[in-house]
Amino acid sequence: MTDAVFTVVRAGPHVTYQNGGRPGMLRFGVPASGAMDRLALAAANLAVGNPAGATVIEISAGGLVLDCVAGEVGFAVAGGGFAVTSGKEQFGSWSVARIAAGMRLTIRPGPWGSWTCLAFAGTVDAPTWLGSKSTHGPSGLGGGKLTTGAKVRVTGTRVPSESLSTIPCPVFARPRHEVRVVLGPQERFFDEETIHAFLGQAFVLTDSYDRMGVRLAGPSLKPAAVLDMPSEPILRGSVQVAGDGVASVLMADHGTTGGYPKIATILDEDLDGFARLRSRNRVGFRAVTPEEAISIRRSGDAARRAYLAGVAARGIALFGQ
Amino acid sequence: MHGFPRFRPVAEQGVLIEFGDHISDAVHERVLFLDSILAAQGFDGFREAVPAYVNLLVIFDPLITDHARVERRVRAMLSGPVQARAEGTIHVVDVCYDAGLAPDLPEVARLTALSEEAVIAAHLSGEYRVFHYGFAPGYAYLAGVPEAIRLPRKTTAVRGVAAGSVIIAAAQCIISTLTMPTGWWIIGRSPTLILRDDPARPFLFDVGDRVRFRRIGRAELEAGQ
Repeated sequence: MTDAVFTVVRAGPHVTYQNGGRPGMLRFGVPASGAMDRLALAAANLAVGNPAGATVIEISAGGLVLDCVAGEVGFAVAGGGFAVTSGKEQFGSWSVARIAAGMRLTIRPGPWGSWTCLAFAGTVDAPTWLGSKSTHGPSGLGGGKLTTGAKVRVTGTRVPSESLSTIPCPVFARPRHEVRVVLGPQERFFDEETIHAFLGQAFVLTDSYDRMGVRLAGPSLKPAAVLDMPSEPILRGSVQVAGDGVASVLMADHGTTGGYPKIATILDEDLDGFARLRSRNRVGFRAVTPEEAISIRRSGDAARRAYLAGVAARGIALFGQ
Repeated sequence: MHGFPRFRPVAEQGVLIEFGDHISDAVHERVLFLDSILAAQGFDGFREAVPAYVNLLVIFDPLITDHARVERRVRAMLSGPVQARAEGTIHVVDVCYDAGLAPDLPEVARLTALSEEAVIAAHLSGEYRVFHYGFAPGYAYLAGVPEAIRLPRKTTAVRGVAAGSVIIAAAQCIISTLTMPTGWWIIGRSPTLILRDDPARPFLFDVGDRVRFRRIGRAELEAGQ
């Protein structure tokens, strides 16, 4: 079986190799990184018969154009509503198809979403850092960013038994305009009115975003207390408020500690849905208790498992065991 | 410390355990104590612990456990006898203070009303402790900069500061691991790698370790790089 090789014709900003991430190293200043939309990562991989956390190319709204220069391989695009052109065929993300030498693959933003995952049926060749091929955006360590002229190599390639098929896109793979949070852990820096504004009013995502996080526009959340806070640990999903009252949501490549108070933390359960929003989309925050948060997570997990089992079964049928 | 520890829920997967409001060796000792018990014992659903100055974040698997159970478990751990924690390893980190590698040394000297040599001597005299990592991979926050050369950070950050820069702000010192912007004072360059290309031990320091600096000349720096 020959390898499939691609040349990067054009890559937008923030187009990187990602996988299930490198959890467990926050204590050394290393965020887990990994796909912004973890459900999309699992769906794209399972749809081509890969393990759920295998390495994919994560594509931002900047898009990606690849020329296949050798070999043949199946691929899946899952996440967001992106537009895909493969050779002469046009289709949307949530599809599985095949590509061979001489064909061009173009992926660009469509009606919704900020990130999509391109999974090849096989193993993507990319550098490993601290046990993972996920790219840490700010340093470029790990698999790395895709840049014009670079080569993408896939080994152990497999092809699907059908030329084009779809992956179901469930409601819980769509953007969430209301995300659930647990208040804190530093809500004590804000007065009641500010907490009320945070929970009661809409925010808008600005175009200041990357894999580290996104800045929001909305009511000012100026801390009431003087900011005299030692640096504290940060979790993916922290809603951090700078001294000027502007809130940011910290995402996959976040710094691991910081001295700004976190008014709330988005449930990990809702964070993929938040990542699917785009600049200028509206978002609201709803507080739940820690007990509610646990039960939301458990029922969400059960639904995801059932969905992904179906995607995996279909992947095995298309590509063989 | 009255009212501590405090337990604060973080989303559906974390508990932040606070031992105080202000940075002190005593508070950080409590953080390290809990960190060491968690590393030794863990609990069902324990994922990772992130120690910082005055608190420690415990991340858990919400499918297996929950905030209340984690709090009970941690309280039980803390109520046990306070074992003397093993003294952290002492590391010696080399620094070259030559002009050109220490662009802020003249300004630090001016602002502290010391000679450049006195600033260097003060920096070398400190015994530093690794309080936590943060900002970027391998950025270890060392506390222990002597009073005489403590300055607030600069008002604006400088971009593209080379990896290996030895930078200070207030009581803190960092040996940078990546080329990144910084608003801290750049007083030297080190060939000692904190972020190492060694899968078995990717980071030189553990939180709680101690660090001393040793002055080297430019030739030794270049030989070590």
